[in-house]
Amino acid sequence: MAQQKTYEEINEKIKRGEAVVVTAEEVIKVVAEKGVKQAAREIDVVTTGTFGPMCSSGAFINFGHSNPRIKMKKVWLNGVEAYTGIAAVDAYLGAAQLPETDPENKVFPGRFTYGGAHVIHDLLAGKEIRVEAEAYGTDCYPNKKVDTIITLDDVNDSFLFNPRNAYQNYNCAVNLGDRTLYTYMGILKPNLGNASYSTAGQLSPLLNDPHYKTIGIGTRIFLGGGIGYVAWNGTQHHPNVLRGENGVPKTPAGTLSVIGDLKQMEANWIVGLSYIGYGATMAVGIGIPIPILDEEILMYTAVKDEDIYCPVVDFKEGYPYSKPIDLGFVNVADLKKGKVIIQGKEVITTPQSSYPRARLIAATLKEWIRQGKFELTRPVAQLPGADADIQFKSIPERNPGGISLNGNRRNQ
Amino acid sequence: MKNKIVCYFSAAQSEQPIIYRLVKNYDLVVNILKADINPLKQGYLVMELEGGKDKYQEGLSFLKSLGVIVEPLSEKVVWHDDLCIQCGACASFCPTEALAIDRDTMMVSFEDAKCVLCGMCLECCPTRAIVLHFDIKEAV
Repeated sequence: MAQQKTYEEINEKIKRGEAVVVTAEEVIKVVAEKGVKQAAREIDVVTTGTFGPMCSSGAFINFGHSNPRIKMKKVWLNGVEAYTGIAAVDAYLGAAQLPETDPENKVFPGRFTYGGAHVIHDLLAGKEIRVEAEAYGTDCYPNKKVDTIITLDDVNDSFLFNPRNAYQNYNCAVNLGDRTLYTYMGILKPNLGNASYSTAGQLSPLLNDPHYKTIGIGTRIFLGGGIGYVAWNGTQHHPNVLRGENGVPKTPAGTLSVIGDLKQMEANWIVGLSYIGYGATMAVGIGIPIPILDEEILMYTAVKDEDIYCPVVDFKEGYPYSKPIDLGFVNVADLKKGKVIIQGKEVITTPQSSYPRARLIAATLKEWIRQGKFELTRPVAQLPGADADIQFKSIPERNPGGISLNGNRRNQ
Repeated sequence: MKNKIVCYFSAAQSEQPIIYRLVKNYDLVVNILKADINPLKQGYLVMELEGGKDKYQEGLSFLKSLGVIVEPLSEKVVWHDDLCIQCGACASFCPTEALAIDRDTMMVSFEDAKCVLCGMCLECCPTRAIVLHFDIKEAV
């Protein structure tokens, strides 16, 4: 019978400082040298890592009350608006939110120097942030205006809650048109001038657990330099896609929603990004440990860049207008070497995700576990898998026809 | 001919319509790249100056006759290691491999001597870790 381990056994070894932990890069060599059976017996945990732009990110903040109290209708942090359509002094600051004064793309391509992600980074860096809030005033919350300076230490609570992170595989973006494009995948030079990709490849969390056998709801993770948890499957989680024989999706597939206390994170691992012509976004550092419960799970973690393929997508017509333009697949090992062949042409590759940082995250998490500072968690529920029959939807095109939907049932 | 220059001037000089004279009397094309004038009205002006060779030299002589200090602009690209997240996006835009990726470690490095100041990296760096630095002296 194949070697089996339990979460409890692995955690006992972690507590005793005896757990054998390797990174998702190191495990490849171990499996090649010792074979799956022996490696599965010896290795307890494989650590993964990724550090790249993840727009669907943001932080909840509870500011505490002013005196007199205020029920914020609008609130801005360094001029960047946070959503406050929740309780009085709670707000959600989105990573991609821009100040109202930002010129955006009025002079194209816009610079997008500062956005929500930069505010979150500045909070983590201990900087002072201007908070301006407006309200209409109520008997219980009479205050109509707040204009003050805060730091992260001054707020009651702040937790990062990112609806969609750690995409399992991602498109490789190219430009078949004849002018430069400014996209969320960076600058795309015309006529297949470059191919932009964003994945940590063999270090990427969900590419090392392609069927979500160990990563699930409640999994404890490295998040932004601190400890976080998988909260749910991320938005657009779409596991039912084309997969290779190794189970690895060949298109974007699963995603994670993650959560963690911002106050214990580090500015180094949550970084504001400015994509020219596109907007602001946030580089998020995520590392997920994979318990080696059996040989199958180990085999998945031994995935190599050579075994991972990304679909090539045109951003002139293909992506923006959802036109199916088949440009084939490229291999992550080739992408990392700097050149790929697309439509017979040699194309220079442009990385967007930081491989050195991903490697550092996997190494950091490895150290935490080896030192007994980080124990593994069994998921409280599994993520929906490929058999969950999740369909990828678009916004329906319907004519409201002057009918007020407010309180009416459309189908009546 | 066409050159980028830095003009350092004093308060008295800043009162004069220097740019107007350069255009009107010497038929030079002036493109102001950067200017800073402090409250004492001293400061500097970075500009690109273009015109016929003789007129260009006469224009420079005119500036010097007013006591304006004229120097060629030295600009350079500066890579802020501490702001860089090592994504490597810049390297694919750099025509001279001044910004390059070590393919074993995927680490980015910058070699000043290879840089031709094309400026492509300034736009594609998402953390704005690469900046164009004008070498300007303290105001005279």
